Amino acid sequence: MATHATHTLVGDRMSATDVPEFLDLKGEHHPEGGTMLGFWIYLMSDCLIFAVLFATYAVLGRSYAAGPSPKDLFDLPIVAVNTSMLLFSSITYGFAMLAMEKDDLAKTQLWLAITGLFGAAFVGLELYEFAHLIHEGATPQRSGFLSAFFTLVGTHGLHVTFGLIWLVTLMIQTRLKGLGAENKRRLMCLSMFWHFLDVIWIGVFTFVYLMGVLQ
Amino acid sequence: MFANTDLQHLLFGRLSLEDIPFHEPILQVTFAGVAVAGIAVIAAITYFRFWGPLWRDWLTSVDHKKIGIMYVVLALVMLLRGFADALLMRSQQAMAFGTNEGFLPPHHYDQIFTAHGVIMIFFVAMPFVTGLMNFVVPLQIGARDVAFPFLNNLSFWMTVSGAATIMISLFVGEFARTGWLAYPPLSGADMSPGVGVDYYIWGLQIAGIGTTLSGINLVATIVKMRAPGMSMMKLPIFTWTSLCTNVLIVAAFPILAAVLALLSLDRYVGTHFFTNDLGGNPMMYFNLIWIWGHPEVYILILPAFGVFSEVTSAFSGKRLFGYTSMVYATVVITILSYLVWLHHFFTMGSGASVNSFFGLTTMIISIPTGAKIFNWLFTMYRGRIRFDVPMLWTVSFMVTFTIGGMTGVLLAVPPADFVLHNSLFLIAHFHNVIIGGVLFGMFAGVNYWFPKAFGFKLDEFWGKVSFWFWTIGFYVAFMPLYVLGLMGVTRRAQHFDDPSLQIWFVIAAIGAGLIALGIGAMIVQFAVSIKNREALRDVTGDPWEGRTLEWATSSPPPDYNFAFTPVVHSLDAWWDMKARGFQRPLSGYKPIHMPKNTATGVILGVVSIVFSFAMIWYIWWLAALTFVAMLAITIGHTFNYNRDFYIPAETVSRTEKRRTEALAARV
Amino acid sequence: MTADRSLRARAGAGSAGRILRGLVLLPLFGLLAGCNLVVMQPSGDIAMQQRNLVLASTGLMLLIIIPVIVLTLLFAWRYRASNTAARHDPDWDHSTGLEVVIWTAPLMIIIALGALTWISTHTLDPFRPLSRIEPGKPVAAEVKPLEVQVVALDWKWLFFYPEYNIATVNELAAPVNRPITFKITASSVMNAFYVPALAGMIYAMPGMQTQLHAVINKPGAYDGLSSHYSGTGFSRMTFKFHGLDGDGFDQWIAKVKQQGSELSRDAYLELERPSERVPVTYYASFADGLFSKILGMCAVPGKMCMHEMMTIDAKGGAGKESQENAERLQYDNRHVQRGDEAPGATTPASHRAPKSESPDGEKSHEGSGQGRTAPDQTNN
Repeated sequence: MATHATHTLVGDRMSATDVPEFLDLKGEHHPEGGTMLGFWIYLMSDCLIFAVLFATYAVLGRSYAAGPSPKDLFDLPIVAVNTSMLLFSSITYGFAMLAMEKDDLAKTQLWLAITGLFGAAFVGLELYEFAHLIHEGATPQRSGFLSAFFTLVGTHGLHVTFGLIWLVTLMIQTRLKGLGAENKRRLMCLSMFWHFLDVIWIGVFTFVYLMGVLQ
Repeated sequence: MFANTDLQHLLFGRLSLEDIPFHEPILQVTFAGVAVAGIAVIAAITYFRFWGPLWRDWLTSVDHKKIGIMYVVLALVMLLRGFADALLMRSQQAMAFGTNEGFLPPHHYDQIFTAHGVIMIFFVAMPFVTGLMNFVVPLQIGARDVAFPFLNNLSFWMTVSGAATIMISLFVGEFARTGWLAYPPLSGADMSPGVGVDYYIWGLQIAGIGTTLSGINLVATIVKMRAPGMSMMKLPIFTWTSLCTNVLIVAAFPILAAVLALLSLDRYVGTHFFTNDLGGNPMMYFNLIWIWGHPEVYILILPAFGVFSEVTSAFSGKRLFGYTSMVYATVVITILSYLVWLHHFFTMGSGASVNSFFGLTTMIISIPTGAKIFNWLFTMYRGRIRFDVPMLWTVSFMVTFTIGGMTGVLLAVPPADFVLHNSLFLIAHFHNVIIGGVLFGMFAGVNYWFPKAFGFKLDEFWGKVSFWFWTIGFYVAFMPLYVLGLMGVTRRAQHFDDPSLQIWFVIAAIGAGLIALGIGAMIVQFAVSIKNREALRDVTGDPWEGRTLEWATSSPPPDYNFAFTPVVHSLDAWWDMKARGFQRPLSGYKPIHMPKNTATGVILGVVSIVFSFAMIWYIWWLAALTFVAMLAITIGHTFNYNRDFYIPAETVSRTEKRRTEALAARV
Repeated sequence: MTADRSLRARAGAGSAGRILRGLVLLPLFGLLAGCNLVVMQPSGDIAMQQRNLVLASTGLMLLIIIPVIVLTLLFAWRYRASNTAARHDPDWDHSTGLEVVIWTAPLMIIIALGALTWISTHTLDPFRPLSRIEPGKPVAAEVKPLEVQVVALDWKWLFFYPEYNIATVNELAAPVNRPITFKITASSVMNAFYVPALAGMIYAMPGMQTQLHAVINKPGAYDGLSSHYSGTGFSRMTFKFHGLDGDGFDQWIAKVKQQGSELSRDAYLELERPSERVPVTYYASFADGLFSKILGMCAVPGKMCMHEMMTIDAKGGAGKESQENAERLQYDNRHVQRGDEAPGATTPASHRAPKSESPDGEKSHEGSGQGRTAPDQTNN
């Protein structure tokens, strides 16, 4: 590799007889800002936060402190309904993106609204589940397991909540400004965010709920 | 004060007038000093009618060069604070023997060493590194700004806001007494009640968000915004190290954010992540914080390596030896830095196989690092070395860092670590690499790029005075700590029984005094240089016979950096242009697309200081209010679609004409 | 050409490594003769092996460190700009031979050091029982190690000797040349147990037990300390370790038995409260199973022990109706409950004026144990 690089350098010098273009005089070079790349990197960094929370759950998940275990607490049917809400919302967001590609503002808005409703239902059910657990005495303060559980699931829920706020903001912005390049880029980012949360939830559902109840 | 204490609690949380240390003489003097300096600065700004330009051109600026400069100013200011802490510690340890208690009770001393570590790493080294990267990287890759200019401004203000939060703890309440990594269970709610650890958490959390965003920004910048022709293997070496550093930032700082969040939950909500009881596990914190903490060390040192590479090559008048092997060494270090974290706590008793695995991975890092040192060495070989100040720092670094590296590898041998861990030997080691590596690198960088930033060189004489005081002071201050470590002396002790140790602490304190003179000389250097700026003026934009693109433009560079985007044909692009008779075009300018300044970053910064303060003192209504405000401001900001503008071709033409005239007048 | 020269320099350093090491270390030792470099001159076999490892590793690394430093200074001097006689080769930036050398030289050193590390980490694992007392003197089969149970309290050390049914505070003793097994825990925050003359350190952690195996070879009084910061009284958390030979140890046991009182559970709970500069204290006997209760974080009557909790957890927890277990497992809050100042307390919870030593009288809670200091006696 090293030799290769050197040869290239020497090669450049050899051909120095004709002086090449050193400047982009015509102004043709327009670097793309790389919003998508930047947002993707952000998602990966967010993914690491979830990685820490998953690792924490893996370490503390059996520390019940002589208290309740997943088997005692989790209600799989509710969680299954909840999961389907989030999965449906991802599909409907996909429809919104298809509508956006066709520059159909009304349809985009409609599908975004449906996505928002599914998302809100997800958050609502999760809050109901939390309230129920706390009512039963299974509070985050009860044991290491419950601390890790509430934090992992709660952080995901918080992300969905911020996603909802963002979604509403974008619905307003697309209404005000239409589907311009800027708004399309934003919708793309939210789309990545939304699907990312879906993937995280599948991890949560599998590792926390399914494996918790089936172990 | 309030008849109704409930009302007081509602309004002020746990804050009361007693929490302001009126009685403490050290703080009275400090406060008086800060107040006088602050009033002087405000008066000077008012007198010179600088408020408008300060706000328009600096605080709200999205220009990567100005943000970079502001980062470095922040680092220098915080260096004074962090170093004041160091002087207090050195004085205390030099006198507190036997019946002499020194002048700092444990309660206060413990806060000082915690603050010293936190400030030096997070608010001196980090802003220094980020500032240099911000200033240099877009110039080196021939870009007009970073990928996300507003985000850059926001990152800076988040860092400032973290630093301000830590500084507030000096005058309102107290700082953590836990050591700079706040290990639980000591840092938990039950063992460290009070505001100290909360100041720590919020200061770092907010600054950490800024750092992560800035990491994302610079990665995207380097990947997406390179000048045409600049393939990855034509990337200047400083930009390469910056890329690796920012990848590390993006991959490490979220872990810090998460682990601090878990500690906050333990402290605020009463969860059991890191408690002794109810299923908590403090050892998990050690692992998580060092999974961030070890990459952090490389986040700091890699850009310094980059600076030394640039400086060695420029001042030896030679191509960098082994560019390719340098790049691979950097990448290998980046990857390996994730596999070594456990060497920070061999003494926890993880078992021989685990310990030796992490010991070996640590040693393996020394191979690429050693290769780098050899590369610098052979860059100097057959060079024509000009010993300007940046090169002096570099040579001093090569000697000092090698010693620090050796003691570091020694500490990576687990059984040797058992006798040296947490001792002053360890303290000597990491100051050896952080001062001798990171700080020397940053000083080399500041001296090297200062003329690019301001259009005049720094004064050579005072630069050398500062260099010699720092270098000699460093050895006088830290070599005794190696000896003390071998005498079995542990870190963080406020008092010692054995009087035979005292002489070494006295020598170390003298060393700290020499470093203080070094810092003083540096301040004089800035003052003298500003005063003599006309004599030190450089109109060429290339005062050091530079090799990379930042030297192709004027000093200071215009807002748009380059009137025409450079096209790269070779590593050392600017050297190549000079060698092949590049002529600067004098016409044909086009309008240039630029981002607009915005006040959102600075406003969010201020609101987040208030938010942290409210969270720390349990002023819940204010915390809720400021949180909603931050959300509203952020959303509000996205409704502004009018964020960019074009610099008209005439303006570019006028700016470039001035440079043409200046260049002509020089001859 | 260059490669040749540096190779030769390195080879020279290699063959002269031993002499070089001696030359570097000798004057250093001369300079330091006045002070007690205990880590370099320990009195226990484990610490001695660790010392030898430090020296061997340093020697190995100096093989490459010294040439680098010498070459740095040499090149800096020789190729200074004013020396126009030196050869200038501005475009020379690559040499495959040299690249191979600069990567393999550190690699070789690291391979050697790595092998040394792997072996020594396993042989010097603190959890591993001793196989020898001194070089060439294996542990005899019939010798039973002395077991010492160590508890790091806020801010003093408690040592149990189960074999003799005695306990001491801030004083440790062991017979010369008899292996010692330390079982180490802590009561509230982390500490590290460290007797530099005896062996390397190991963390002391609440609710967990670490081990250290060591032996002292020379009689004498050695310093012991906590080497992991643990709050206010950390600097004074020191003790003396006595290596006793002949009848010395038996006499010491007899002295403890004669002068000591009983360490009951109540006495322990009082002892456990934060205090500094605690004088050496002897206990002629201690409550049954006290160490395992401390380790299980259940010395307070009515608390559930860790192992009991872990047994329940292993069986899948205790279900939803288990709120009383939560009460029985609360452990970290005992500073607050007893009104003691927590080890890392800051304002306003510390009830002191910010950044000052003395507790603020007006704000102080009644019956609190804050600022408790023992009479001004040093440990001896």
